[in-house]
Amino acid sequence: MDKGKLVSWLVKEGDRVKKGDVIAVVETQKSAVDVEVWQDGTVEKILVQPSEADLPVGTVLALLGGDGEAAAPPAEAVPKKAPAAATRPAVAARPLPPTVPGERAKISPAARRRAEEFRLDLAKLRGSGPEGAVVLEDVEAAIAAQTPAAGLPASGAQDKQLAMRRAIAAAMEKSHREIPLYFLETLIPMERALSWMEARNRDRPPNERLLYVALLLKAVALALREVPEFNGYYLNGAFQPGPGIHLGVAVSLREGGLQAPAIHDVDQKDLSRIMAEAQGLVKRVRGGGLKGSELTDPTITVTSLGEEGVEKVFGLIYPPQVAIVGFGKVYQAPLVEEGQVVARRAITAVLSADHRANDGHRGALFLKAIQRRLQEPEKL
Amino acid sequence: MVLKDEVLNLLQEVAPEVDLGSLDLNLPLRDQVDIDSMDFLNFLGRIYETLGVNVPESDYASLRCLNDLLQYLEKKRGGAP
Repeated sequence: MDKGKLVSWLVKEGDRVKKGDVIAVVETQKSAVDVEVWQDGTVEKILVQPSEADLPVGTVLALLGGDGEAAAPPAEAVPKKAPAAATRPAVAARPLPPTVPGERAKISPAARRRAEEFRLDLAKLRGSGPEGAVVLEDVEAAIAAQTPAAGLPASGAQDKQLAMRRAIAAAMEKSHREIPLYFLETLIPMERALSWMEARNRDRPPNERLLYVALLLKAVALALREVPEFNGYYLNGAFQPGPGIHLGVAVSLREGGLQAPAIHDVDQKDLSRIMAEAQGLVKRVRGGGLKGSELTDPTITVTSLGEEGVEKVFGLIYPPQVAIVGFGKVYQAPLVEEGQVVARRAITAVLSADHRANDGHRGALFLKAIQRRLQEPEKL
Repeated sequence: MVLKDEVLNLLQEVAPEVDLGSLDLNLPLRDQVDIDSMDFLNFLGRIYETLGVNVPESDYASLRCLNDLLQYLEKKRGGAP
């Protein structure tokens, strides 16, 4: 390997990182490679943004600051150790710790059990624990690196697919490992909002019509003004409010995978503008041309899986965000109005939130605020 | 160009991954291709731009198969002044 493309950053400036953290994804001719940090520190400055450009091996991608030191030595580069095959990129990208020949490899009991389960060669595992000991995480990484790519012929499209899959895997593993989630859900009557939108769309040509997702996005954005502790990041053991209300919108690709780039300052935009920007995002996710900043700066994510025909979606948070709001499909629900059960269009909103950063009481207020905003569509 | 080919080209523009050859024009479109409401709106937007036919939301429900849509467009275009 002599060059690679920077596919995505999984950290941003100011993030604290630990040795072994995956911080970026680089695409090489053969495979997607996780770039890992080799020491603890803080991401001082990101020097290269993801793009289609080929970067020579050795390119400095970011500057890391060590704990308590002002100097910021170049810390990561396009990894020099080329993966020999496409089968174990994460491991290949990690430097070998010094080992003494003949010495029994240090490995934690849990890691050993897991490695044996998958018949991994213990001698070939790289350790990230104390004194280079192999810990469970190393084994999981080796398994993850080995499984999906094995035996696949390389092609540009598959590399991209693989790169995206690995980026999702890295982010979701981190999310699942670190974030203590709680879930709240509520059924939101949608008859008023949809009737209002249908009347508005009636005399307009297709390219000026709204889809209800625009109403959902605006309602979430306005609700976040009331409960700002769901809009931002959990960093260094504390919540940091987002610099604006930038909603990450989960967009799936027909061939698999998804991305959740941001629409910025949604609370300040009207519905037509939000709709146009959402359409632009979908086009660029599926056709290319996303800006790196769009992928890295959402302050919360919204996912609407309604098209798939499910009533609810319980999302995983994209770290370091602290919440994701999931909407199911609009369906005829039995609601009670004036003591009578009536069939009305409704949608279920599920909030998945980071319990380190906020609590259920405020989460309930958040969902109720979304619900209330959607009952007054003309004010959105 | 015949209407059918024009419409299929527009569909391909909106959803490049779709294999037109495998489409059955008499089966519901959404059962055959993975298009969402935004794709469908973009599709109708392109139909409006190139064929001048505005399909209102209230007619969506009657346009399940591509053949429904083709007949609908024929009628609208024939009836247009």
